[in-house]
Amino acid sequence: MSIILSNITKNFGQFAALNNIDLEIPEGELVALLGPSGCGKTTLLRIIAGLEQADSGRVVLNGEDKTEQHVSHRGIGFVFQHYALFRHMTVFDNIAFGLRVKPKQHRPSEADIAKKVHALLNLVQLDWLHDRFPDQLSGGQRQRIALARALAVEPEVLLLDEPFGALDASVRKDLRQWLRNLHHELNVTSIFVTHDQEEAMEVASQVVVLNQGRIEQQGAPSDIYDHPANAFVSRFIGQTNIFAPDDHDAIWLHSSGLPIADKSGKTAHVRPHDIEVQKADDSAAAHAVLKDWQHLGALIRVELVKNAAQGEQATVYAEMPNEQFRRLDLQRGDKVNLRIRNAHWFH
Amino acid sequence: MRQSNIMPGFRPTLGFTIVYLCLIVLIPLSTLIFKSFELSAADFYKIITHDRVLASFRVSFSTAFAAASIASLFGFIIAWSFVRYSFPGKRFFDALIDLPFALPTAVAGIVLATIYQPNGLIGQWLMHSFGIQVAYKPLGIVVALIFISLPFVVRTVEPVLQEFDSSMEEAAASLGATRLQVFVKIIFPNIFPALLTGFALAFARGIGEYGSVIFIAGNLPYVSEIVPLMIVTKLEQYDIPGATAIALTMLVISFIMLLVINLLQLWVRKRSGQL
Repeated sequence: MSIILSNITKNFGQFAALNNIDLEIPEGELVALLGPSGCGKTTLLRIIAGLEQADSGRVVLNGEDKTEQHVSHRGIGFVFQHYALFRHMTVFDNIAFGLRVKPKQHRPSEADIAKKVHALLNLVQLDWLHDRFPDQLSGGQRQRIALARALAVEPEVLLLDEPFGALDASVRKDLRQWLRNLHHELNVTSIFVTHDQEEAMEVASQVVVLNQGRIEQQGAPSDIYDHPANAFVSRFIGQTNIFAPDDHDAIWLHSSGLPIADKSGKTAHVRPHDIEVQKADDSAAAHAVLKDWQHLGALIRVELVKNAAQGEQATVYAEMPNEQFRRLDLQRGDKVNLRIRNAHWFH
Repeated sequence: MRQSNIMPGFRPTLGFTIVYLCLIVLIPLSTLIFKSFELSAADFYKIITHDRVLASFRVSFSTAFAAASIASLFGFIIAWSFVRYSFPGKRFFDALIDLPFALPTAVAGIVLATIYQPNGLIGQWLMHSFGIQVAYKPLGIVVALIFISLPFVVRTVEPVLQEFDSSMEEAAASLGATRLQVFVKIIFPNIFPALLTGFALAFARGIGEYGSVIFIAGNLPYVSEIVPLMIVTKLEQYDIPGATAIALTMLVISFIMLLVINLLQLWVRKRSGQL
C-alpha cells in the first residue's frame, strides 16, 4: 500500500516538530526515517498511524484519505519502542488480541485464531514461548512478539518506532537481518524510525533523512551516501572530513589534488576512504603526520595531523584496507602525503 | 547468612518488628481469646446467636460491603480523573480526598447526620423528591462508611494508574480495539488487583468504624445497630465476657473475609502473570 503525506505540520506549543512535510512512499518499500533525536521522526510515524493528529496536512494511504480516521480503522500495524506488550496476557493472547477484538461478523473462530497465532509464532521462531508472559521474555523475544502481534491483523502498512533501540548490540545485528528477510517474505510497506544511520543503511530500501522537522533528503541508501544533498546529510551519514578552504587550507587542498576553483564560501566534505595516503619522500613539504590508527575490522582508520606549516593544525581521518596499510609500512610520527580523490562541496 | 549490604541493620530492624507486632497486635489479640475462655462453649454460642447480635452482624457486614463496593467505583473514577486529566483546582481537590483521614470521625458523623436527616440540607431534598430517608437508617451507615473509606481506594488505585503504560492502550487501539474494549481488556485487568486492595482496606475500615456511624445510624435495635456499638453496650453493662465473645467472632469473620480477598488477589495476579 502506498503512503502519501502532503504538507504535514505539527507544533507542540511553540516548538515546531514538523514543518510542511511532503513524502511519498511507494508500495512494498522498507523505509527508514532517519534523523537525530528531536528531529520529529517519531512524531511523523505517529501521525501516519493516527496516534497523533497533525495540525495541518493530509495522510493518504493507498489512495484513501485517512487523515480524520481513528487509529483502529487505518489498517496499520504499529510496533512500539518498548513493545507495549499486554503484560497481563500470555504471548498467545497478546498475538490473538487483534483477532479477538474484531466485530462479531468478521471475527474468526477460536480454532482459526489458534492456527493463525501459531503460524505467526512460527514465523518469528518463538512458538515454544506461547504460554509465557511478557515479563518472562528477553528484549529480543519481546520485540519479535510485538511484531507478530502487529502482523496478526494483516496490516497494509507496518510502522516500527526505534525497533532495535532497546536491544544489545549482538541481538540488534541479528534482528536487523531478520527484519530485512521478513520484509522480503511479506512485502508489507514498512516504515521504521531510527537515529542510527548504520541501521538505516543496512536495513532500509529507502532512507528519509529528517532534521529539525524537515526532510533533508530521500533516496536509496547508496544514493544518499554517494550523493548527499547538503552539508547536514553528508555529516550525518557516515564519517566526513570537513575543510573550509580559507587561505592556508586552499593551498593544502590544492596540493592534495583537489581542484578548488570557484568554490568561494563553500566547505569541502571528504569521506575517509576518498583520501589516499602515501609515504612522503620530501618530509619538509609533507601534507600530514601519522598520529595513530585503529582497527575497524576490514579497514584501518588512520588519524593524521595536518602539517602546521601549511594550514592550521587539525586531525584528518583516512580509511584503507588492512592489506594496503601493511604495504605502506607506516609508523607513528611518519610524514605522509595525501591525495583526495573526491569531495562534495556545500555552503 | 550474612550478605554485604550497603545499609546494615537486618537484626535490629527484624527484632524491632517482632517486638512491635507482639506488643501492639499479638498480645492484645490473644488476651481477647483468653478472656473469652471464661465463657463455656454453650454460653458463647448463646451470646453470639442472640437475635439482636445476629442482626447487628448483618447490618455491619452488609453496610460495610455496600459502602466498600460503592467507594471502589467512585474512588476509581476519582483516581482516574486525577491521573488522566489536569483541571483547575486539582491540587485543592487532591488534598480534599485525604480529609477523612485527618478529620475526627465523630465530627464527620455529626455533620453527615445533620445534612442527611429528613429536614437537613440534602435529606430534605431526598425525602421530598424521592421519598428516601438516609439518616437513622442502614442507608445512613452506608453514606458514612463511603465518606470514611473513599481515600483508601483513591490512594491505592492512583499510583497504579499513574504507572500504567499508556502505550498499551495505543497498541490495543492500533490493533482495532474499540474504546470500551481497550478499557475492559487492557486497562481494567491491570488496575483490578489494586482496586481489590482498595476494596479490602475500605471494607476492613468499614467494619471497624464506630465514631462516624453512631451519629447517623440512629442505632435502632435489629435495624441500624452495628457490631462495635453492641460491644460498647455490653461493656457499659460490665458484661465483659459478652463483649469479648462478640469481638472475637467479629475478628474471626473479618479475618476470613480478608483472607478470601487476598486469595482472590493472588489468583488474579497469577492468572495475569504478575507473580
